[in-house]
Amino acid sequence: MALTLDFVPHLWRLARLDYDPVRRRRILQYPEGAVLLNETGAAVLELVDGKRTVREIAQVLGERYQTDVTADVTEYLSGLAERELIQ
Amino acid sequence: MTSDRPTTLLAELTHRCPLHCPYCSNPLELIRGEAELATDDWKRVFTQARELGVLQLGLSGGEPLVRKDLEELAAHARSIGLYSTLVTSGLGLTRKRAEALRNAGLEHIQVSIQDSDTESAERIAGVSSVKQKRAAIALVKELGFAFSINVVLHRANLDRLGELIDLAGSLGADRLELANTQYYGWGLKNRAALMPTREQVLKARAIAEAAIERYRKKMQIIFVLPDYHEQYPKACYGGWGKLYIVVTPNGQALPCHAASSITSLSFPTVREHSLEWIWRESSGFQAFRGDAWMKEPCRTCPRKTVDFGGCRCQAFALTGDAANPDPVCSLTPFRRIIDEALAEPAGAIEYEYRELTGEPQRA
Repeated sequence: MALTLDFVPHLWRLARLDYDPVRRRRILQYPEGAVLLNETGAAVLELVDGKRTVREIAQVLGERYQTDVTADVTEYLSGLAERELIQ
Repeated sequence: MTSDRPTTLLAELTHRCPLHCPYCSNPLELIRGEAELATDDWKRVFTQARELGVLQLGLSGGEPLVRKDLEELAAHARSIGLYSTLVTSGLGLTRKRAEALRNAGLEHIQVSIQDSDTESAERIAGVSSVKQKRAAIALVKELGFAFSINVVLHRANLDRLGELIDLAGSLGADRLELANTQYYGWGLKNRAALMPTREQVLKARAIAEAAIERYRKKMQIIFVLPDYHEQYPKACYGGWGKLYIVVTPNGQALPCHAASSITSLSFPTVREHSLEWIWRESSGFQAFRGDAWMKEPCRTCPRKTVDFGGCRCQAFALTGDAANPDPVCSLTPFRRIIDEALAEPAGAIEYEYRELTGEPQRA
């Protein structure tokens, strides 16, 4: 199910953003699992702070990349929410 | 090449354990305390694993708390950026040790529970243990570790699956792993006493599926169906030598914890070789990579990219050739081996327990 634009996402409290110097990629680490993030994914998750809404995250990134990324951000966060990494 | 890198190291620090569970994933031939790797060996292995790309470390056993250097090993793992899970029975987790592990930077503790019914739990573990486990769990919660419970499911506890799930919920688990018994090593030896009936499995599946929804956002529940009752085999650790390395107490490096049961292969030890050489060059790790080793029907099967032909250890244990298809697969004639096992009438629940406890501890 897609998250709404007013939803305020936060990371699962047992997950943390980290950096893997071997792969030179940002990663999400949590009990018994890790997700390798691409640049866009990392940019989205860095803005997930339990305060910003999905809309606000998309706005920040939209300005940065000079294009409307609302659909991409919603889809990405919804995918992580499905796996309970975003709540 | 990112895909060439392992993500997970399971460090079987010791085979010594106060419990005697009849489905233990350790091999039938247990390694004695004197033969275990020393502290510096393990540190070197962790560092090599991290350099190879490993992100997640399982500190496992046996009972890893038997090792006096567990705190030192956990601190080293944290210092090089590994995310560590302690896989424990809970026995031996005193306040002092739990606090030391917290200070060392250990993040996640997984405690095993044998059953929701005390008498049954202690019969399965072969030792009085429930009270000590509860005390350990209270410490894990109090000190704020990420906390998982794991339960191995089999005929003697499967009918209490609902109670087991609610027990894990009431103990405050963040995650609950419900793993059906796998039948190699000790599990295969005790298969007649462990194998659930089809009715039990179907009922359990419905209970687990409902509970996964009910506990959503409160407790993650992972339920893996027993592969004997499935049509297709499991994709073992994402394929042979792809993501996963196990190092045994005496330093043998394996692609999965049961791989030493495949006696047609040889596996090097971390005493003689670097983990990188073992991962990239050793014949044991290369044996079942890709699909050139596959026989029919796997070789031309579209599912070969889904399950990689299934479990090599199970193929070896049940057919005598590790390159055969996993007999669980309904597309192979070997499936009759599984069907015959399923058709055997349920015998008495009498276990052959594993033993390896009363040994001198190394520093």
